[in-house]
Amino acid sequence: MSTVTYAGTEVTVNDEGFFADPQQWLEEMAPMIARQEGIPELTERHWQVIKFMRHEYETKGTGPTVRVLGKTSGVPVKELYQLFPRGPAKVAAKIAGIPKPRGCI
Amino acid sequence: MCRPGRDDCLYIYPLYPPHPGTVAKRIVVLGGGTGGTLVANRLRRMLDRDAAEIVVIDADDEHVYQPGLLFMPFGKAGPGSLTRPRHRQFRSGVAFRQAAVDRVDLDQNEVLLAGGTRVGYDVLVIATGARLVPEETEGLTGPGWMENVFTFYTLDGAVALRRALAEFTGGRLAVAVMDMPVKCPVAPLEFCFLADSYFRERGIRNKVELTYITPLDGAFTKPVCNRELSGLLEDKGVSLVTEFNTGEVDGAGGRLISFDGREAGFDLAVVIPLHGGQDYVSRSPGLGDALGFVPTDQWTLQSRVRPNVFVIGDAADIPTSKAGSVAHFAGGVVARNIAWYLAGEPLDAAFDGHTNCFIESGSGKALLIDFNYETEPLTGRFPGLVGLPLLRQSRLNHLGKLAFGWLYWHVLLPGREIPAVRSRMPAAGKHLPPR
Repeated sequence: MSTVTYAGTEVTVNDEGFFADPQQWLEEMAPMIARQEGIPELTERHWQVIKFMRHEYETKGTGPTVRVLGKTSGVPVKELYQLFPRGPAKVAAKIAGIPKPRGCI
Repeated sequence: MCRPGRDDCLYIYPLYPPHPGTVAKRIVVLGGGTGGTLVANRLRRMLDRDAAEIVVIDADDEHVYQPGLLFMPFGKAGPGSLTRPRHRQFRSGVAFRQAAVDRVDLDQNEVLLAGGTRVGYDVLVIATGARLVPEETEGLTGPGWMENVFTFYTLDGAVALRRALAEFTGGRLAVAVMDMPVKCPVAPLEFCFLADSYFRERGIRNKVELTYITPLDGAFTKPVCNRELSGLLEDKGVSLVTEFNTGEVDGAGGRLISFDGREAGFDLAVVIPLHGGQDYVSRSPGLGDALGFVPTDQWTLQSRVRPNVFVIGDAADIPTSKAGSVAHFAGGVVARNIAWYLAGEPLDAAFDGHTNCFIESGSGKALLIDFNYETEPLTGRFPGLVGLPLLRQSRLNHLGKLAFGWLYWHVLLPGREIPAVRSRMPAAGKHLPPR
């Protein structure tokens, strides 16, 4: 665990940079996290995915996988990779301030 | 001291005695595969015939021993040896009905069969497993499918791959997992190990370039096991490509293309297609999730969609491997909880996610892994201080894997306990990390 400052607020993140406490996340932090992940600007489509990730986390307790995201977010998998080239589920979860989506075993 | 029905006591189960004048409850089990068969048989032993009628519904009468599919491409199992009639696997007093399910009406407690027949239930058990959906990957079922692109996850696919391997004289063989979840996540790794042995035996190993391609960030998800299996791939000269999410299969061009634009070439591809739940689950309002799996409490195995719906095996969305051993270990919990539910008693949150897999490593050896929700696969011995070596190649484990075929038909499916193997994961014998 370590502490980083986004939008003037200190937050706790784990070793991979995911929020330890999703309650600490604020919308204004997202652009800064996105830049660290190589996304210079968040478009409306990015936001659609980020808000969807948060909603899924709040209702189900875990973020969706890429495949589920492609089926349910309204953004097809191919476009998800264009929006988040380094891996949609992981990067969108990080920008949305939720834990890394629980993978399957 | 065992409390009847609450603990892992052998042959001590609660009977569900009907009150005089009450009508027998009907338990409908959808799916006559591993989970459906063993839970129906366990329930039949537990519940008096006057108390409950048990009906199993499946679209066909062919029970495939799925662990055997891995061996078929290498000529070590014939298709005839892997299948038996489903209806022959049930105890007397379990009714088998061969019919396709159109959908489930959760509000009416009814299963609608294709053709319009309605079957009412008091308790429904979803045991219809996972389904391969190769058509969901662009190009996978297009040119090259069953010509230079195969899967061994179906009987037909494994038979076709056997011919293709026999004719393969050298080149690039790619083994690729499209995305998780898949049934038996170690099987594609086992395929690589067995392929290495197979080509060695044929004297052409130096002409074959073997590559394992996975969407995961390692050969396996759990650290200790990942280290062991990655090392084994390396020892056997199998290249490992990670975080490769296949977006397209170009059979004609011999390429796998990932969503992020990377390519992996092949002369022969063995793919594990995407998996989903059964179609009827998606057609049934409120029953399944986006992939067609049924939301399920991971401890009680009661569904989260209705209290009178329980789930066993691959059809559940619980965070375990999709494997027969999980269904076996869950069987006792599901059957007991159904009995408790019918008796109006609280359910037991007793399932610990126990999973146990033999991993064939080639040359007549195998590894064994044993784990649950909390404990990752570790080294040591199973099921106790004296037993099969864990996470280590041994001939004993290979013999264990072969013996398992017999146990499957004669112990597992009838819903009996394997001697010394309990449904909860044993800690004794494992090299647990210091707390």
